[in-house]
Amino acid sequence: MTERVKLLRARSLEAIERISAERAEQITRFYIENHGKHSAPIMRALAFKHLCEHKTIHIGPDELIVGERGPKPKATPTYPELTCHSLQDLRTLNDREKTAYAVSPDVLRIYEEQVIPYWTGRSLRDRVFQGLSPRWHEAYSAGIYTEFMEQRAPGHTVADGKMYRKGMRDFQRDIDEAIALLDFHADPDCYNKREQLRAMHIAAEAAIIFARRHADLATDMAAKESDPARRGELEQIAATCLRVPAEAPRDFREALQMYWFCHLGVITELNGWDAFNPGHLDHHLIPFYIRGLEDGTLTRESAKELLECWWIKFNNHPAPPKVGVTAAESGTYTDFANINIGGLTRTGEDAVNDVSYLLLEIIDEMHTLQPSTNVQVSRMTPNRFVQAAGRVIRLGYGFPSVFNADAVVEELLRQGKRIEDAREGGTSGCVETGAFGKEAYILTGYFNLVKLLELALNNGVDPRTGAQLGPATGDPRQFATFEDLFHAWQRQVRHFVDIKIAGNQIIDRMYAANAPAPFLSLLIDDCIANGRDYNDGGARYNTSYIQGVGIGSLTDSFAAIKQHVFDAKTTTISELLDALASDFDGHEKMRQVLLNKSPKYGNDDDAADDLMRACFDVFFDAVDGRPTAKGGTYHIDMLPTTCHVYFGSVTGAMPDGRKAATPLSEGISPVQGADRLGPTAVFKSAGKMDHVKTGGTLLNQKFTPQVLEGDDGIEKLTHLIRTYFRMGGHHVQFNVIDAEALHTAQQKPDEHRNLIVRVAGYSDYFVDVGRALQDEIISRTEHGAAS
Amino acid sequence: MNGVVFDIKRYAIHDGPGIRTTVFFKGCPLRCSWCQNPESQDTSVEISMQPNRCIRCGACLDVCPNTTDRHPSGEPVVDRSVCTRCGACVEVCPSGARSLAGKRMSVSQLTEVVDRDELFYDESGGGVTFSGGEPLMQPEFLIACLAACKSRGHHTALDTCGYAPLDTMLAAAAQTDLFLYDLKLMDDGRHKDLVGVSNEIILENLRELDRLGARIWIRFPLIPGFNDDNENMEATADFVRSLKGPPPIHLLPYHRIGSDKYGRFAVPYTIEDIRSPTRLRVSQIAGRLAEQGLDVRIGG
Repeated sequence: MTERVKLLRARSLEAIERISAERAEQITRFYIENHGKHSAPIMRALAFKHLCEHKTIHIGPDELIVGERGPKPKATPTYPELTCHSLQDLRTLNDREKTAYAVSPDVLRIYEEQVIPYWTGRSLRDRVFQGLSPRWHEAYSAGIYTEFMEQRAPGHTVADGKMYRKGMRDFQRDIDEAIALLDFHADPDCYNKREQLRAMHIAAEAAIIFARRHADLATDMAAKESDPARRGELEQIAATCLRVPAEAPRDFREALQMYWFCHLGVITELNGWDAFNPGHLDHHLIPFYIRGLEDGTLTRESAKELLECWWIKFNNHPAPPKVGVTAAESGTYTDFANINIGGLTRTGEDAVNDVSYLLLEIIDEMHTLQPSTNVQVSRMTPNRFVQAAGRVIRLGYGFPSVFNADAVVEELLRQGKRIEDAREGGTSGCVETGAFGKEAYILTGYFNLVKLLELALNNGVDPRTGAQLGPATGDPRQFATFEDLFHAWQRQVRHFVDIKIAGNQIIDRMYAANAPAPFLSLLIDDCIANGRDYNDGGARYNTSYIQGVGIGSLTDSFAAIKQHVFDAKTTTISELLDALASDFDGHEKMRQVLLNKSPKYGNDDDAADDLMRACFDVFFDAVDGRPTAKGGTYHIDMLPTTCHVYFGSVTGAMPDGRKAATPLSEGISPVQGADRLGPTAVFKSAGKMDHVKTGGTLLNQKFTPQVLEGDDGIEKLTHLIRTYFRMGGHHVQFNVIDAEALHTAQQKPDEHRNLIVRVAGYSDYFVDVGRALQDEIISRTEHGAAS
Repeated sequence: MNGVVFDIKRYAIHDGPGIRTTVFFKGCPLRCSWCQNPESQDTSVEISMQPNRCIRCGACLDVCPNTTDRHPSGEPVVDRSVCTRCGACVEVCPSGARSLAGKRMSVSQLTEVVDRDELFYDESGGGVTFSGGEPLMQPEFLIACLAACKSRGHHTALDTCGYAPLDTMLAAAAQTDLFLYDLKLMDDGRHKDLVGVSNEIILENLRELDRLGARIWIRFPLIPGFNDDNENMEATADFVRSLKGPPPIHLLPYHRIGSDKYGRFAVPYTIEDIRSPTRLRVSQIAGRLAEQGLDVRIGG
């Protein structure tokens, strides 16, 4: 690491996360002045241009790659047009113990005087909530599902390689051609298309203006700079910002700056989920890297320094903070930009290259919270690369996670993508599959599969509130067979999937009508060709996901009921229901039987794993293939992020022996501590899921460092990964840490600020995650190896 | 064909090449004073009791056909003078505090478990390892298991103390791809004292296996104060060097993992004061062996 990178890294780590009211103030003023003058896409594009023209520009000392979303590093803007923080929300963000954002009195004043008065009742969040049915709200409040679009715009978007071949001027030429082709006589939608295309044109211009302002600032700074070396750097920054993003990049530095301006454009325009993401960075950079080495303008070291300067920019951009309950309860600075390394080329060859190895080195050196990273492993990926990744994994930063590139391709093909688009696809956010640069694939909400068994066990009543929340699917005391109970659960699933999807359809249209994303639409095929916005089905492929949570807890609960109530008949359903109603108080013996004498998912035991498959199929059948409100299709994912903790908190005691309000199982991992036969058995159980029918599954494995000691440990890690992938597994991530270290960190957080753990598809500072989640991470089974 | 197995561990990564499943046979002819696996010594099934998991529900007392005493603390103890090891208490114990150490298994039950990780063996060049106890204490069962595994294409390893009749050893060798052969002490007198038997047969069997071209890894458990003295190390090195190859030698540093196990079987634990060797000490010994031309590895 060079001195420059050390300085930049230290500054980024030390910078304090704070709320900046600049964006809120500028956008509010713009909306007040321009309300009613333009169509929605033009309004959004002009608002974006207004921000690009007026926001504070920042170029920090020693930087080589420039541009900030806020006025300075970690100064985080808000998006009141989507979701408007109340004064209480802002105070909560300032005061909360974990992942706080400092809020100055000025910010509070601006919010109180300008932002809140205008946006109350006008923000999309307020309007979305008004537009949804009482049934939707009831289920939402009960914790049956969450809703992604209540606070942030549709996101999870990933770039492909087009921005390295085309600049904004090229996009504008494409737009002009598309407008020229509009046939106002034949196509009734022409007006909308022209407005959308004009909006994209304006957005492209806005990005050029934004870069030019950086060029001007760099030129000014150079004139005042006394150090000739830095003066030269500033002049080079100015030249780069004049070139990109207006035109396509010509070299490695311009390529990185090009991406970064596009990134800033996307996250300034809207607060889309998971920020933006460069996708297959190694594929995109390799031509520039090779050319630079050949013509002598680049060395491996200078390329690495530039990449590391670029890397830090991600860490300067904490996630936009939430409002309401989520502002108080959840929080992470991570914004889930998840760089893909390795994988396949468009033509189906192994894509690992020199930049792939360089990126692994950078992860090791930088180990910053952001960006997230993953490696894509296909049949063709050389062991040398997987082992190099394994050596970084072993360090315990939680990066990179590991994906099965062949499974990803198969998933995308099943969803109907072209083979080339599938190979150029990958995974983003936590584990979500998508065709990079060509697809809008939206997570719409987590779905609490376990809570629905609780409803089925209570004839549709939510025991927490006593309300008849779901359909009356029968009193389980009257059920003659296990199938009766399973069928009751299935009816609950279908009922609430229907409610969730009905809500999604409304929200989809509200975003399409009110929150077009003309800048993002430039970067995603075929929004220009179709004359449609990214948020209105303009992309080549459109997918909405519903993410199932708690398959491990659900499977074990069904397995325990089947075993003890229906098969061995060692207990009656009434006794079981009484025990659950009392949270096992006075029923510890039964709880121990349920915990210790029942088949458990994660042990390669078909008695449990077959039930997992049956549960998976029910959820899949309820969701997969249904149409979205913008011409796309619904599919399922199996991932929780941290939602298994929240869903657990609203779910009572369950027949697997789990007590009320404790976390559910996460991802497709077994219930915490239920897997007792080691990692191969976990992989075997998880491998029985039909991963190809999902758009992503998340499997967490925790190892103590000694399991991975030496070359031999790395080799065996590689074997484990590749075997799981031969079984069709989608993803696996490794926490390499011992429980003792975690306990110590829990007791002395100040001494362990830098401890990064894999949470669920992403990594976070251990001391920043809530106590319940900390406890849960500690309790995940540690797989010691037999010897 | 049945045998008694006290544990099967999947993802065993220190018992031969690749990812393996290790099958632990119950019963051992040796009584090493540092033994980590008290449950491995006796050939028959035993009741294990982990007091910290007991919830004092009394279910075991209700079903015991003999008597199970209640400890002053309220926790039922196993009265081993009357226990017939019928396992009824294990069956009803809700918390898993009581378990059976040792399970009678048929060859096909065993291969059913071994087969489960076939894909992992395939990917990693792993297979199955028979360990113990001493697998050769159940020769017919062992050889049937080895043959069944070989016929399925699994790589087979036999972790043995070497104390068995030569013809049994050779019969097993016909189905064994790799021997993990323990050497503990070269001085026969000390061997008798600390291990309970003479090492004559052990060394003789090893020479014979070597002569016949068996693939062998020597395993040397490094027990501070018992066998890590220079004299024993030199004698061991001399012996190993005299073998063809010579085979690699793996140093297995002693860890105090078994000390809490003794309580579970009410077996007195006599070696409370053995400490694990320091990393430095282990690498010194490894260095010395390597200087003598041996292929030394630390760990299995």
